[in-house]
Amino acid sequence: MIAEAGLAALWLAAALAALQLVFGVTALRQGETDMLRAVRSVALVQALLAAFSFGALILLFLRTDLSVSLVVANSHVAKPWLYKFAGTWGNHEGSMLMWVTILGLAGGAVALFERRLGDRTLIATLAAQATIGLGFYAFLLFASNPFDRMNPAPAQGNGLNPLLQDPGLAFHPPTLYIGYVGLSIAFSFAVGALVTRDVGPAFARAMRPWVLAAWIFLTLGITAGSYWAYYELGWGGWWFWDPVENASLMPWLAATALLHSVTVLATRDGLRAWTVMLAVVAFSMSMIGTFLVRSGILTSVHSFAVDPRRGAFILALLAIYIGGALALFGLRVGTVREGSRFDLVSREGSLVANNLLLSAILGIVLIGTLYPLGIEALTGGKLSVGPPYFNAAAGPLALVLVIVMAAGPLLRWRRDEIRALARRLAVPAIVALAAAAAVLALLPPAHLLPTLGLILAAGVAVASVAPLWKRNLRRTPLFTWGMVIAHLGVAVSLAGMASESAFTRETLVAARPGEVHRVGPFAVRFDGIEPVAGPNWTALEATLTATRGRGAPIELRPQARAFWTPPTETSEAAIRTLWDGQLYTVLGKQAEDGRWQLRLWWKPFVTLIWAGGALIAIGGALSLLGRLLRDRRAAQRGKEWWE
Amino acid sequence: MKPKHQRLTLALLALAAIIGATLLAMSALRDQASYFYTPGDAVRDHVEPGRAVRLGGMVAAGSIRRAADGVTIRFVVTDGQQSVPVRYRGIVPDLFKENSGVVAEGAFARDGTFVADTILAKHDERYMPPQIAGEMHKSESLEK
Repeated sequence: MIAEAGLAALWLAAALAALQLVFGVTALRQGETDMLRAVRSVALVQALLAAFSFGALILLFLRTDLSVSLVVANSHVAKPWLYKFAGTWGNHEGSMLMWVTILGLAGGAVALFERRLGDRTLIATLAAQATIGLGFYAFLLFASNPFDRMNPAPAQGNGLNPLLQDPGLAFHPPTLYIGYVGLSIAFSFAVGALVTRDVGPAFARAMRPWVLAAWIFLTLGITAGSYWAYYELGWGGWWFWDPVENASLMPWLAATALLHSVTVLATRDGLRAWTVMLAVVAFSMSMIGTFLVRSGILTSVHSFAVDPRRGAFILALLAIYIGGALALFGLRVGTVREGSRFDLVSREGSLVANNLLLSAILGIVLIGTLYPLGIEALTGGKLSVGPPYFNAAAGPLALVLVIVMAAGPLLRWRRDEIRALARRLAVPAIVALAAAAAVLALLPPAHLLPTLGLILAAGVAVASVAPLWKRNLRRTPLFTWGMVIAHLGVAVSLAGMASESAFTRETLVAARPGEVHRVGPFAVRFDGIEPVAGPNWTALEATLTATRGRGAPIELRPQARAFWTPPTETSEAAIRTLWDGQLYTVLGKQAEDGRWQLRLWWKPFVTLIWAGGALIAIGGALSLLGRLLRDRRAAQRGKEWWE
Repeated sequence: MKPKHQRLTLALLALAAIIGATLLAMSALRDQASYFYTPGDAVRDHVEPGRAVRLGGMVAAGSIRRAADGVTIRFVVTDGQQSVPVRYRGIVPDLFKENSGVVAEGAFARDGTFVADTILAKHDERYMPPQIAGEMHKSESLEK
């Protein structure tokens, strides 16, 4: 019954999305904005139905209902409940249902909370959101039904890919998806505003919190995914330039650009057409990412589908939505009035530079990700584009971007003097020079990019808190704090990346129990191997004792696990976080002579990478809170603050 | 600056950025795109030493040798006709075994040995591009 109820709710939600579209179009045609209430309620009920359907699927997984094909293919009675729960979206159909549910909830949230957008534009926005929903409901119902029954029901399920059996599965996909799909709101806003010719500061102020919210989740999701790959794969790397990772990075780059250009539009009424374009591009990147990951065109731990029809279906949706939005943009961009002017040396100018650089990096990542697919489609040639390309092409631009980020907040709006900027940047520049001297004199030599990264990180960290200089900290608005903390997070993350890349020490040995091996400043003793058992796996567990100088011994227990549903072996790295870095240990195979392979890494300050990511997200959250509080106060005063 | 001029400057800047990024991307792609080779391709095309490539095929029967240090292995990748010796220092994936598919990432050394940085075994669920699965299939049918 649960499966049928879930499926029925999904059909109903799809029907309501159609209704929402029809209502919206009718209202816009007849110019009746009193239909707004009806559109709002339809959007809300649609969201609840989608959520109900997703809840039904979660329930089926929690109960391991083996009459449902999807549960059989991806679950098992003996799995811990957390992975039964999170396993709901550890497969193609379930993850698409989550996608659509978040899309519906995003539309519902706009219907419920958006009060600042003009009525007509809001109706158009909700109609656009319903249009996106329709396509993806159709994809679920016709090509990826998660509620298909299996008759007769088998006695047992196949289990979940052991690499996914990790608490990360409960956190990373939902956060990333909220960010990914949350960008649909920006897309719908842009389409809505183009339809009603309503692009302006008020529109930008209405759109900004939604973009910010999606961006916060996207940042968290990417950070979590990076850390998950780092500890779960046992490869010691935190970013592999895998196409699937790029698929999440591209919307983030576009959303970051959008976040900054929407501020120009809201504050100074500039960059109108560009901001609308970016809003379209950001969600287009989300959809392209979904296509890459969900079509089966790439095979990785993320992709579950192998049915080529599904790929064609998503590709068609992609062409319709992106093509449609761009066509609308092309038709209406002439009617978007030109915004206000500014000097090149100004806050706006630096934000334009930020946008150009982010777009250039986005282009480089997009080309590198699609190039192998294009080559294969055109010539049948097979090649892969990896870190050497991305680091060489995107790395230098990212460093320039970071410099712009340091300078931008120190510039005044409209026009500023280059000399004044130089004065304000003097202290950060001195710090960067001191850092350069320290790096070159004290630390072992490293490659160019990491060295530059360390130096820049020091200068940028100082520059990013410089906007608080001589300000009354109690009266500094929350969103200024948000910006400062987010920019500081970039510097922190950059320092972590550079340090990891420059100073990681690795030892790979075959060891007998009792032997001591060195990695960086640590002496690691291999104490022995013991078998251990978990709920659905058995493992060989090594005991390692690491000591540094006279410090207390640190015990690490890396495992080689064998899962039996499905039968797969994985290695569980043992990682110990210290204040100045992480000790990362992996247990390998046993050689014929009885020795065990051990891989040991000492990664100084590697944790800063993700700490920086968290700071960026916290900065975003403070900024969002600041904006919302100011709006609320303005609403209570009965007039908008800028008037 | 007049509005028209400002628009023009912005458009030119954007254009320059796009062209710059594309040129940067293209030149990096030319140098850095790592091509996928079967042993037959590699022998025929004389891949220059030091260039990052992927080598895919079957691990030849009886070819796996473990070095005395316990962490270096040597084996031969074959497509049924040509063979390439491979050296790898590291922990091999669980599904790495003789007569089974393998993809090695790395570069050729001057003596013709392929020095691998990463080994991906067939059916390794972590990362297995479908083009490689396709090549594997081809190699397997060649063998019969």
